[in-house]
Amino acid sequence: MAAQVPQGQLAAPSGGIGSWLAARLTNIAPLITLLFLIAVFSALSPSFATVDNLGNILRQVSITAIIATGLTFVILTAEIDLSVAAVANAAGIVVAFFTLQESYVNIANVPLPGWLAILCGLAACFALGVANAFGVTVIGIPSFIMTLAMLQIGAGICAMLVRGQIAYAVPPLIKTLGSGTIGPFPWIVVIAALFLLVGHLVLTYTRFGRYVYMVGGNREAAEYAGVNVKRVLAAVMIISAVCSGIAGMLGVAYFGSAQQNEFDEFLLDSIAAVVVGGTSLFGGRGGIGNTILGLFVLGVLNNGLDHIDIDSFLKILIRGLILLLALVINVYAQKLRQRA
Amino acid sequence: MVEKPAGGNGRPILEMSGIGKSFGGVTALSGVDFTLREGEVHGLIGENGAGKSTLMKIVAGVHGTYDGEMRIDGRPVRFRSARDALAAGIGMVHQELSIVPSLSVAENVFLGHQLTNGAGIVRWRAMAKEAKVHLARLGIDIDPGAEAGRLPLGLQQLVELGRVLFSGARIIILDEPTSALSPPEIERLFTVLRRLKAEGTSFIFISHFLEDVLAVSDRVTVFRNSRRIATANAAEVDKHWLIERMIGRGHQELEEALEGEVRLATPEAAPVVLEAEGLVRKGAFADVSLQVRAGEVLGLYGFMGSGQLEVAKTLMGKLVPEAGSIRIDGRPVRLSSTAQAKQAGIALVPESRRSMLFADEPVYKNISISILERIGKLLLDPAEERKIAQGHVDRLRIRPYSVEPPLRALSGGNQQKVALARWLTHLPKVLVLAEPTRGMDVGAKDDVVHIVRSLKAEGVGIVVASAEPETVMALADRIVVMRKGTITREFRNETVSKDRLLAAA
Repeated sequence: MAAQVPQGQLAAPSGGIGSWLAARLTNIAPLITLLFLIAVFSALSPSFATVDNLGNILRQVSITAIIATGLTFVILTAEIDLSVAAVANAAGIVVAFFTLQESYVNIANVPLPGWLAILCGLAACFALGVANAFGVTVIGIPSFIMTLAMLQIGAGICAMLVRGQIAYAVPPLIKTLGSGTIGPFPWIVVIAALFLLVGHLVLTYTRFGRYVYMVGGNREAAEYAGVNVKRVLAAVMIISAVCSGIAGMLGVAYFGSAQQNEFDEFLLDSIAAVVVGGTSLFGGRGGIGNTILGLFVLGVLNNGLDHIDIDSFLKILIRGLILLLALVINVYAQKLRQRA
Repeated sequence: MVEKPAGGNGRPILEMSGIGKSFGGVTALSGVDFTLREGEVHGLIGENGAGKSTLMKIVAGVHGTYDGEMRIDGRPVRFRSARDALAAGIGMVHQELSIVPSLSVAENVFLGHQLTNGAGIVRWRAMAKEAKVHLARLGIDIDPGAEAGRLPLGLQQLVELGRVLFSGARIIILDEPTSALSPPEIERLFTVLRRLKAEGTSFIFISHFLEDVLAVSDRVTVFRNSRRIATANAAEVDKHWLIERMIGRGHQELEEALEGEVRLATPEAAPVVLEAEGLVRKGAFADVSLQVRAGEVLGLYGFMGSGQLEVAKTLMGKLVPEAGSIRIDGRPVRLSSTAQAKQAGIALVPESRRSMLFADEPVYKNISISILERIGKLLLDPAEERKIAQGHVDRLRIRPYSVEPPLRALSGGNQQKVALARWLTHLPKVLVLAEPTRGMDVGAKDDVVHIVRSLKAEGVGIVVASAEPETVMALADRIVVMRKGTITREFRNETVSKDRLLAAA
């Protein structure tokens, strides 16, 4: 009495083209978005698809890229760091604060040798990262809240140091790396590429990288497997802060000044780059490859909107809508994959 | 097919005939006839995968396509959704309760159909009052304002039963309702069932606990291999009769554990590997002291919620005790994280699959996660990981034989073996198994028994924490019984039976 199975009742067998696509939608979706944006902007503006403009885009995303490298680690563990921009700003201002400024700059700063100023900047972002790590792992504050507080603390440090003024000078090394070139390439692009490369290698080929994915994939299971989950979380918070700090120091040279609120837009941009690229906000899925895709989507979008002739206020809205769309795809892809 | 004369006087309320169902070519049900009478408790037993869940999912409207016919009150029906089934008066109380722990008892009883006035404002007071009256009808007296999640599990279950009744169900499917309950709670549930039955409500009672089935059912139906094997009046059969039909083959080990007595042989000569003294954790257990020798299996038995699982987690460093000490090989260790416990040579396979496995990751990564630091100090070596994992997959007969598919593609029993395999490359000194056979079929249980025996032979000290007496009896050399967080008895070098274990718990 073999039962007949009516059609349409069977679950789609795994391994079919549908589930293959579903499993890779998180990678495919940002790629399609990117190609779509490139096609649209190329059609709308003759100045968009040029080698020069590619250089522009690369430069424009470099600082975001350095921040996003660290943030990728954090988001892969299903945590978040909202303090990246504030930490970047703080580290940038610290390095300027310890550098001799022109006489017209009215800041009670403490000039130190360049290497020491850089060390101070690094120490500052490291310390803020440790504070984040301590709050999240030892005290147990959700990273969303902890880093929200750190956002404010970072802004506070900036305000205290520059008191509404603007500093300009940074140590020569920072100046070179932030605004100089090596051959035809801007140093900042090279640095960003290095960060992304190292980030990718660490995440893909090291034990720590595997732990980052496993902690994000199932924190409890990682704990039961004997992974020191708190140590991994602390490490990613510190990595994120240090990446942000370095981005901030180079950013001061890139922009040519250090001032309050200089990096505010980088918070949204870096989170967007990671998530739009397809790294799951729920942790455990994605990586630097996705972040690179996300950076290009963001870079092309920001740059391309400047090449076409539309209301500049409308651009803000368009940017928001496209980011929203990418986020929807991210969450939807996650669900599809779980069903596949 | 054995057909004992059927008792019960009610008219048939649910009739199913010639029911067949298959999934992708695998037959789950074949030619099943089943009748439920009004005011009857009908026990449904069978091993995992025997077909009882599938049949119940058809009744509850989860599976809309199947062969055969289903009639309610003599009228043919075919449910397309759980909502259809509910509308026809069929409700289900799942093993994993679906009450909302953060809501009050009253809100849970009225979940989905809150009382509101014309303006859509919730009538809290009326709801509380009605909920109380309603639950009183079940013979239970609970404060309707109490937070449901804080009630003992037995009461939570009755609240859920109350909700199902309130939504108008006349036929209620109870899925493993007694597995988490203590004997007094079970008795209270049965009292409620008998009362409701007298009022005309019919129950289908699915359970692995044969005594419970026999105690409360009017009739019992046995499933095996997708077929209904027998239906009998509960009063006219006994456990042996049921087991014979359920298993259908001589299965000595299980039957011994189920039925007879097990002689505990406790090795005394081997050195003590784990020694816990005076462990205290508020709200979970108090003054727990244990010793495990190399090559010994210590059974930690108690009803669900007696504290044995918490003790297991404490040994792994997942929970931190407020007092007490733990020594490994005689050296005191401080276990404030699982990483420290692992370092000290302790391993734990937790009781829930969700908390031990990475569903999206391939099998080999699930196995290698605990030994990465031994494979490479800093860098990964995926080739070595795969090789080691493949060895375990072959030895433990994990299916499919590949280490590449994501874990979610494996069946539950195979997933559990993967979780065990994680600790088999570099053997821990102490292996703690929490509910190692929960939800497994007999074949997989046998595999676990064999794995544990081979680990024993290698000198690993093993702790088996479980609320299932069969599991503990099948595996342990020595059994410690816990009740409400304290150790009440120890069995060593003597014969134990399920009765004696239950009596001590």
